[in-house]
Amino acid sequence: MNYTPSMLESMKRIEATREFRMTQDLPLLDPVQKVDLLENYHPDYIEDVFRELKVGPSKGTMTPKEFAELFEAYSVLDPEKFDLSKIDYDVDVLVVGGGGAGAAAALVAKEKGASVLLVTKLRFGDANTIMAQGGIQGADKANDSPSIHYLDVMGGGRYFNDPDLAEALVIDAPEVLAWLEKLGVMFDKEADGTMMSIHGGGTSRQRMHAARDYTGGEIMKTLRDEAQNHGIDAIEFSPVYELLTDGKKVTGAILYNMETYDFLVVRAKTVILATGGAGRLHVAGFPTTNHYGATADGLVLGYRAGAPLVFMDTIQYHPTGAAYPEQLLGQLVTEKVRGLGGQLVNTAGHRFIYELETRDVEAAAIIRECGERKKGVTTPSGYVSVWLDTPIIEAKHGAGTIRKRLPAMFRQYQRFGIDMSQIPLLVYPTQHYQNGGLKITADTETPVKNLYAAGEVAGGIHGRNRLMGNSLLGVVVFGRRAGEAAAERAASIKKPGKLTLGHLKKFHAALKAARVSKKHVAPMLLPEYRRPETIEQKLPVLP
Amino acid sequence: MADEMLTIYVMGKAYEVPRDLTIMKAMEYAGYRFLRGCGCRGAFCGACGTVYRTKDDYRLKVGLACQEVVQDEMYLSEIPFFPGNKSNYNVERLKPNAESVLKNYPEVFRCLACNTCTKACPQDIEVMEYIQAALRGDIEKAADLSFDCLMCGLCAARCPAEIVQYNVALLCRRLYSRHVAPKAKHLAKRFKEVKRRKFDKELADLKGMKKRDLAKLYDARDIEQAD
Repeated sequence: MNYTPSMLESMKRIEATREFRMTQDLPLLDPVQKVDLLENYHPDYIEDVFRELKVGPSKGTMTPKEFAELFEAYSVLDPEKFDLSKIDYDVDVLVVGGGGAGAAAALVAKEKGASVLLVTKLRFGDANTIMAQGGIQGADKANDSPSIHYLDVMGGGRYFNDPDLAEALVIDAPEVLAWLEKLGVMFDKEADGTMMSIHGGGTSRQRMHAARDYTGGEIMKTLRDEAQNHGIDAIEFSPVYELLTDGKKVTGAILYNMETYDFLVVRAKTVILATGGAGRLHVAGFPTTNHYGATADGLVLGYRAGAPLVFMDTIQYHPTGAAYPEQLLGQLVTEKVRGLGGQLVNTAGHRFIYELETRDVEAAAIIRECGERKKGVTTPSGYVSVWLDTPIIEAKHGAGTIRKRLPAMFRQYQRFGIDMSQIPLLVYPTQHYQNGGLKITADTETPVKNLYAAGEVAGGIHGRNRLMGNSLLGVVVFGRRAGEAAAERAASIKKPGKLTLGHLKKFHAALKAARVSKKHVAPMLLPEYRRPETIEQKLPVLP
Repeated sequence: MADEMLTIYVMGKAYEVPRDLTIMKAMEYAGYRFLRGCGCRGAFCGACGTVYRTKDDYRLKVGLACQEVVQDEMYLSEIPFFPGNKSNYNVERLKPNAESVLKNYPEVFRCLACNTCTKACPQDIEVMEYIQAALRGDIEKAADLSFDCLMCGLCAARCPAEIVQYNVALLCRRLYSRHVAPKAKHLAKRFKEVKRRKFDKELADLKGMKKRDLAKLYDARDIEQAD
C-alpha cells in the first residue's frame, strides 16, 4: 500500500508502545466526563446540522437537514388523478422491506395464518441486516439476566429510551436466539454447545453472540431461505411509493416497479413498514456503512400518512469506519475488533479512550483526537484518522485469531494488500444508524391504525444511542412482534378498507400552505453517486 | 492528469475513469446509475458479482464490483441476476447426511470435480471442496468451508454440471447448525425462565424507576471481566 513516510513512522510508534499497552488499564469515563465529551464533540450537538420541521405530525421537532428535505417533500403522484380502481394484489398483511425485520415479520404473519405479500426495493435480503458483522445481544448466560441487559440498554441510550420498547427488546432476546438456533443459524459455540460471547461497547456482561463476523449475513440468509421454503411471495425491485388510507386507517399501498416503471395497487388489511435506515443521506457529509437502499423511504411514507417520528435529532456514527485505503472509506470495521481487544491509538502511540465505552462516546473521542488535539494520522487522500491496533488481538489471543473470528474483516483488508493481523488499521467515525424513527408501541403499531413499523425504521427502543448487537436483536424481536400483531389485527378486519390518497392530498396542501418549494420529491429510493456534470447533461430522451 | 486516468470497457463500451476507483465507483463515474448490480457496497450481499477480462488475456476473471479496483483495458460486466434452482425443504425433517443434500439437489451428483467453481469465487472459498464434502455427507465440513459465502452466484454461473453451489452451502449450514452442532443448554434454560415470568417483576421495578435512580444503578453496575 502507499503509506506515506509519516504514516510509517507513526506505525512504528504503535509497535513500540504495544507491549506497554497490553497491560495498560484505562478507566471508564465518569458520567460528567461523558456528557462533556459528547456536548463538545459529537455531531448531534452541532446546531448547523439540524433544522425544525415545519409540516406534518412532528412539526416543531428538530432533525438533520437531509431528513427534513425528504419529510417536507412532494410525491410525484397526483392524489386527484391516480387511478385506484384496479387492485393488483389483495392480501391480509403487506410487509414493506426485505431485510431482517421484514423477513421475520413475514414468517410469523404467515405462521399465524395470514396471507402475506413481501415487497422490497432491491433484492430480498439487500439490507443493513446482511451487513451486520459483530453480533447479536441476548442475556442467556448464568451471570446475566434480561434486567441487567435492560439497564445496559437504558444507560447506553442515556435513559431516553421508551421503557416498554426496551423491555420488549431484552425479554424477547432469549426466545429470538432460541428461534434462530432452531432455524439453523450457525452461531459460534464451544464444544459443549455454549454460545461464545464477548463484550460490546457499553455491555456489563459478555452477551454478544456471533456467527464469526458475518452474523447479520448468516441470520439474513437463513430467514430468507426459510421465507422461501414457506412459499412467501416476495416482489423485488418494487418499493412502496405511497401508502393508501381510508382517510384515517392504512388500507394498502402503491408499488413502483422500478424496472418497468409501472405502478401497482395493493389492498392490505395491515401494513408493516420494515424499510430500514438512512445512511445514504450522508448526514453532515459523513460517509456511511449502510446499504445502497438506506434512504429513509419508510419514514417518509409513514410521516405523510400521519405517523409521528421520535428521536430524529440523533444519529449514530460508528466510531470505527475505515479511513484507509480510500476504496473502503466509511465502511464498517466491526466493533467486534475492539470486543476482542483491539485498541484505539493516536499518532504518538497512546490510547486516548477506553475502547468499550458506548459508540457515541467513542466517536466523540476520536473526533476530539483528530480535531482539537491534532493527534490524528493523515492519509494520502488527506483524511485524518486514528489507529485501530489489530495485531494486539493476536498478541493477546494467539496467532490466527483474526482469520478465525474476523474472516470478513481480514479478507476485506487483504484485498487491498493489508494484513490486519500484522499492521494496524486507520479509522474515523462514519454514519451508521438512525437512533430515532416512527413512534411505535411494544406491539409495533404506529399511531396510525393498521400501520406497523419494525427494525431501524422504528424509533424509541435505543433512546439517543444504540448499543452494538441490539439492532440485529431489535430487527428480529420487533419483526416477529409486528408479524404477529399485524396478522391478528388483519384477522379481526372483516371488510377490506377503502383505498384513497386522501392523506397525501392533505399533506400536499399543508406543504403548499407552508410555502415548501416543489423542488424536492420523496421517497428518494436511490442515492445519487453520478458526477454532477453527467446528471446535468441528461435529458429525458426516452421518457 | 492523463496517467491518473485509465480506460475500462463496460459491456463493451469504453470509458475513461480515474485509477484507484473500485469497479462500482468507476461505473458511477462513467455515468451509470445502479439499480441491479449494487447492494451493500461492502462485500456482504453478493449483488455485484462481476466477470472481467484484461487485455491480451483470454481468461475470464471474477470479482465483486464494490471491492475490485479497475485496471487499464479491463472488459467487464456485472451479473444482474442468476436464475439458480432453489429447493424448498423443511430443515426440521431432514437429517444431516448426503441423502438430504441429494434429495434436494440431485445435480450435486453431476460434479465433475473440475474446480471451476473454486476459481470463480470472489471470496476465495474452496467451493469444490465443500460440494465434495456435501456429496460425502460431511455436512460439518461443507458448512465450515462455505461459511463466508455471499451467494453472489458466480460459481453457479460457471459450473458445467449446473450445480447451484451457494444453495447447497446454505442447506448444509442449516443442517449442521440445526442437527449436528450441540444445543446451547444455557439458552434453553433462560428461555424457560422467561416463559415462567421469572424476570417480570425485576423488569417492572426497573421500568418504574426515576431516571436519577436508574442512573445510579447503571453507574454502580459491575462489569464482567473480559475473557
